[in-house]
Amino acid sequence: MRRSGIFYLNLGFTLLVCAFLIVPVFLSIKAGVTENFFQGVKSGLTLRWVGEVWELYADTIYLSLLISITCLIADLLIGVPAAYVLAKKSGRTARIIEETLVLPIAIPGLAIALALIITYGGFRDFRTSWLFILVGHVLYTLPFMVRSVLAVLSSFDFKTLEEGAASLGASFWQRFFTVILPNCRSGILAGSLMVVTLSVGEFNLTWMLHTPLTKTLPVGLADSYASMRLEVASAYTLVFMVMILPLLIALQLYGQPREVGHGKPATPGSRASS
Amino acid sequence: MSLDRKEVPLLAVMLIPVFVVFATFFLLPMARLVLVAGSGENGMSEYLTVIRTPRHFESLIATVLLSAVTTLAALVISGISGVFLERNRFRGREALISMLTFPLAFPGVVIGFLVIMLAGRQGLAKEISTALTGTRLVFAYSMAGLFVGYLYFSIPRVILTLMAAAEKLDPALEEAARSLGASRWQVIRDVIVPALKPALIASGAICFATAMGAFGTAFTLATNIDVLPMTIYTEFTLNANIATAAALSIMLGIVTWIALYIARSLAGSTVAAAA
Repeated sequence: MRRSGIFYLNLGFTLLVCAFLIVPVFLSIKAGVTENFFQGVKSGLTLRWVGEVWELYADTIYLSLLISITCLIADLLIGVPAAYVLAKKSGRTARIIEETLVLPIAIPGLAIALALIITYGGFRDFRTSWLFILVGHVLYTLPFMVRSVLAVLSSFDFKTLEEGAASLGASFWQRFFTVILPNCRSGILAGSLMVVTLSVGEFNLTWMLHTPLTKTLPVGLADSYASMRLEVASAYTLVFMVMILPLLIALQLYGQPREVGHGKPATPGSRASS
Repeated sequence: MSLDRKEVPLLAVMLIPVFVVFATFFLLPMARLVLVAGSGENGMSEYLTVIRTPRHFESLIATVLLSAVTTLAALVISGISGVFLERNRFRGREALISMLTFPLAFPGVVIGFLVIMLAGRQGLAKEISTALTGTRLVFAYSMAGLFVGYLYFSIPRVILTLMAAAEKLDPALEEAARSLGASRWQVIRDVIVPALKPALIASGAICFATAMGAFGTAFTLATNIDVLPMTIYTEFTLNANIATAAALSIMLGIVTWIALYIARSLAGSTVAAAA
């Protein structure tokens, strides 16, 4: 098939957009493994800076992992049951609850962080622990879990399945754990990937909520951008990208909850932090 | 439906955890925020600070303009590339889509750093412009730099929504329009854009709301242009002006919420699904 001129014009444009997004990433990676940024690659390639980052900032990486995993567990425990109830009930109250649950997406992270500090900043032990950051992350990521599970539940007739199970004598909790949850797998997986990715990269809330002893990866990044030499900052960025790359690939593969019984993706919920 | 009746208390039990967490850590703090904003020496008129203080007003206008221009640019760019990628199958297409959505998970601080890589004092733009014309092109720390950063985090989000919408377009409509003599431009204006309208409004609103609240990018670039989140941060940390910071962040929240609300009433339920 011969392509028209318009095709190549569009392709060229799209390639330019790709270059805009990818070239800076390569520049940053290059700077992170270069001996001396100002002299360029001819000064030699090295992993010295990555090693230095590991020494300086390894604890931020551990903390980010700890927070994102705990955040995911919290979201699963409180978000999945909530999504199920919201899918089951179609009344006004249910819609109001749903609206409230997704409010943290519409309200800037800075405002939520400020509200948390004003209210709980006085509780020293809580304020200085990583749990304070965790609270912010749970609020911010919960809507994505709820949405993702809701999308799957609204794509198939789970009520009929439940009635079938009930007529065979399954109790409420049996139905929830053996009928509903297995059928929601794709939504739970997609939501989980989204939650972990968002939590690892969250900055707006975390910058306000962190203390010198509770620095997450993005907080450490901001720190290194402001005070470290460019090679270290770049190497740190490289470490961050290597960390989120598997998450991103998994998100592309499983990021869209599949409709049960069809191959088509249900509505995705993609609004990451920035 | 006796099954339903019996279930109501159980369903309520399932909502308890989320209710406790939200009431304690979201509803109560937000209520306190509203009260604190009005508890300064200016009382409730603190909310007027945005209009009364020229610096705050300018920062609000700058933020709204920047977000609006970013949204427009992101819609046009993602619209062209999104429809193109959805319509055509060629080798490397999947790779292009991966690259376009790769920055989705970058936090704002990283994007600020990438803008410095691109247009900072030692950036690519400087290298190229010095080699070509002898002038040093450095714009990372200006409004242009902020715009580039905002565009960077907006394109991946918008393009995903638009591609999903373009998938549902009916090519037969375009063929019909073309066979009736419509030019390529007319087809775009009268067939494609109207069909994509709900997705354009939905993703545009989310893009606008994200840009309004974006903090990390401006923070890394440390520009002297105050976008509203930076103003709030400065008022809170440097000036210890908690009432003003609270009032400004509530204003910011209201503006973004209104944007999302308007978009939803214009575009139907799609915004709710995509937000």
